[in-house]
Amino acid sequence: MDFVLLIFLPVLAALFVPFIFRKLKNVHTGWFVFFVPVLLFIYYLGFIRLTMDGEVAVSELSWIPSLGISFTAYIDGLSLLFSLLITGIGALVVLYSIFYLDKNREKLNNFYVYLLMFMTAMLGIVQSDNVISLYLFWELTSISSFLLIGYWFTKDRSRFGALKSMMITVFGGLMMLGGFVLLGIMGDTFSIRELTANASTLVGHEYFTLAIVLVLLGAFTKSAQFPFYIWLPDAMEAPTPVSAYLHSATMVKAGLYLVARFTPIFAASEVWIWLVTGIGLLTLFWGSFFAVKQTDLKAILAFSTVSQLGLIMSLLGASAIMYHVDGTDTAIFKFAAFAAIFHLLNHATFKGSLFMIAGIVDHETGTRDIRKLGGLMSIMPVSFTVAFIGSMSMAGLPPFNGFLSKEMFLTSMLALREFELFNFATWGMIFPIVAWIASVFTFVYSFYFVFKTFAGKKKKEALPLQPKEAPLGMLISPVILATLVVVIFFIPNIIGDMLVKPAVLAMQQGLYTHPSEVAVHVSAWHGWSSPEFLMTLGIIGVGALLFLTMSKWQKLYDIQPAYFSLNALYDSFMIFGESGMNRLSRFYMTGLIRTYLLYMFTFLVLLTTAVLFIKDAFVVDMDSFAPVSAYGILTAIILILAVCMVLFAKTRLAAIIALGGVGYSVALFFVIYKAPDLALTQLVIETVSVALFLLAFRHLPALKNHGESKGFRFGNFVISLGVGIMVTLVALSAHSQKLVPSISQYYKDTVFTEAAGGNIVNVILVDYRGFDTLFEIAVLAIAGIGVYSMIRLRLSRKESSDENK
Amino acid sequence: MKTNDVILQTATKVVFFIIFLFSIHIFFAGHFTPGGGFVGGLLTTGAIVLLLLAFDLKTVQNALPFNFMIVTAIGLLLALGTAASSLLFNIPFFTHAFDDVYLPLFGVSALHTAMAFDAGVYLVVVGSTITMIQTIGGDS
Repeated sequence: MDFVLLIFLPVLAALFVPFIFRKLKNVHTGWFVFFVPVLLFIYYLGFIRLTMDGEVAVSELSWIPSLGISFTAYIDGLSLLFSLLITGIGALVVLYSIFYLDKNREKLNNFYVYLLMFMTAMLGIVQSDNVISLYLFWELTSISSFLLIGYWFTKDRSRFGALKSMMITVFGGLMMLGGFVLLGIMGDTFSIRELTANASTLVGHEYFTLAIVLVLLGAFTKSAQFPFYIWLPDAMEAPTPVSAYLHSATMVKAGLYLVARFTPIFAASEVWIWLVTGIGLLTLFWGSFFAVKQTDLKAILAFSTVSQLGLIMSLLGASAIMYHVDGTDTAIFKFAAFAAIFHLLNHATFKGSLFMIAGIVDHETGTRDIRKLGGLMSIMPVSFTVAFIGSMSMAGLPPFNGFLSKEMFLTSMLALREFELFNFATWGMIFPIVAWIASVFTFVYSFYFVFKTFAGKKKKEALPLQPKEAPLGMLISPVILATLVVVIFFIPNIIGDMLVKPAVLAMQQGLYTHPSEVAVHVSAWHGWSSPEFLMTLGIIGVGALLFLTMSKWQKLYDIQPAYFSLNALYDSFMIFGESGMNRLSRFYMTGLIRTYLLYMFTFLVLLTTAVLFIKDAFVVDMDSFAPVSAYGILTAIILILAVCMVLFAKTRLAAIIALGGVGYSVALFFVIYKAPDLALTQLVIETVSVALFLLAFRHLPALKNHGESKGFRFGNFVISLGVGIMVTLVALSAHSQKLVPSISQYYKDTVFTEAAGGNIVNVILVDYRGFDTLFEIAVLAIAGIGVYSMIRLRLSRKESSDENK
Repeated sequence: MKTNDVILQTATKVVFFIIFLFSIHIFFAGHFTPGGGFVGGLLTTGAIVLLLLAFDLKTVQNALPFNFMIVTAIGLLLALGTAASSLLFNIPFFTHAFDDVYLPLFGVSALHTAMAFDAGVYLVVVGSTITMIQTIGGDS
């Protein structure tokens, strides 16, 4: 079976969603959607045995083979882990959303179409072997994220957040495309596998560092790394299932996936290791520090997601060091890659459940403001338990999975001190220190999140709704995730063998040949005097102290003025960009079509004539001309007369009819020179356009001198003369010289054998150059819609300009 | 645009069908002799324009009760669908297929997926031109 097609299963299912939503009003649409990720999840589970043996599966769908672009689904440990996350968390989120979104009030048809579109896009990213199709899916996730953030599009904040995330991630995506093209130039292939195999030949190339920076811009914007993270907190305007799914468990991890996937190619570079580790660690600290400042539950989680993504990013950077050490040294550096993948998995479980709890709190109390919440522990015991498990895992405490990966993270950061290349000997000490400080703040915000919401005094009067425990259905998904959090703590090595080690193998190709060679054993206990244990003790001690004294030092955050922040930078950039663009456009957009025609024709004449003469391309070969017939001369005379009539006509009606005459005489030329298809088309077009002109005629002002000066009319004359001369020159020289043999012969030879047709003109339209036709009819359709909307909808626009309803 | 021209109206009732049938013929003939979806569509448009000139907009809208925007959309979908359908067989985008098939009444006929694509072109041309004409003509 071609499992590449399964990538498209969600988007195909999305086609049916609107119909199901219309026809089956009584059943929540989510139940139908639910089956898609569940089926895919079960199917992908079957690949585990394959990847545990270090094998890979490939399935190809050719798309544009002539450009080396295809949809190639490639499943190895890394893509399998992500595919399971996407479908597994996806199924839980859909289940959760069934109870979160009301089937009578919400536009579920939109919601699930976007969600399924996202699922396809995400599966496409992690399974694509071809960088161009990867890029395509990458942008599709940005678009579906935009649509989902703006799902409640009547809210100002939703639209703002949607636009912000789109601007930043699409910017990164475009940079990444540049990086991919550079990689394609360097390696002469778009396949990631082939690029990985040739990694050693790419290193010395002059574009290598540039490609790294561009690809990393894509990864950093998507994974909300410093300084691009600012879109993620604003993306929290999305419905909570979306935040849990896109903005914590899957989409924001696409950047991590990209970095992991390209590690074997780029690991040789110093820039790569410094950038990925450094930015990751900075983001880890920054996110955890500012998470404590937030008062919105989802904002706390957003900043904590930013921070955790930074943690995984820094581990990915540190894992590249494995390519620079050998022998016994590998023993201390081998943990980073394992820890990165392991924490990625753990983060998806605990953060997913926390987001769902934040949604439940919002749903049941009507607010997410942590200042209004408190004492919910006794009212919502199940939610509290889940939130407690998730937060403690996030804080890195046993017996939860976050503890294990946090310990491994500390081990990996400590190991960086031992690395001797690239100035790490001097600066290496910074890494464990920053990691430790960030872990302290992580501990603080985890406690802040769970205890300010669930412990303390009950503040029922401050809440918009009477709080109660969430319905059972809504609790299923977070409880499943919380159970996983605990279960993984007790069986880390089974999970490690099944999922993590195959992913490490894929991420560090060339170092291992089989997952079992990844000699990492996860243990919860390192001994009394191990540095990890001491650091954890420190984290708990200092963290608890900071948490208890929070009200004293939280004021520190107010020191930073609002106008001195990255958000203010983004806002002023947008405002300046908009006003600047407006000014620029107003400078040349006069609103008069004749001005625009003037621009176009002037440039056309100057550019073409200049090229013609600079390249010395003007050649006339009189011998190749066909003899001129009497009919030809006659038609030419009619044509010239008709043109003169257009120019000197006193009324517009006469001008329109004369213009029709011009068209018909051109059609006659086609008849004389034996082009029946063209003649036929020209005749009908002329008829229809004269009719169109006559229809629009009533709306046009009377044809009279609008008071143009002599100079203006002379300018018009010069330009029209220029266009005429230029076209004549180009036509003559194009006819007189053939740089390459004419393609006509190929058409003649193949029109019957290859295309089973007899009329070359039509076969060109529908087959040889079908792309042209496809886009032309698209343009035609857009023009039709444009005319319709400009004329029909201009009246209704006056009635309401308020977008917020 | 109220006109009352008995000769034009009577002639149109006959001529419309002749032009329309001719446009269908041109459309089908396209692959082997001059014609095709584009010209065919334009000819159909021409026939409808004739109707519009002879009668008024309301009458034509009652006689041809289609939303031509939807005709455009169906055409685009058909063209794109034909082009994309080859992907389902793991053949590059826009690869056409053809064969000689025995059909009842017609005998052995050459069938070509290009025809479906051309039908899409035909519908888009008719749909968008008539949309434009109706909107501009109906604007007061």
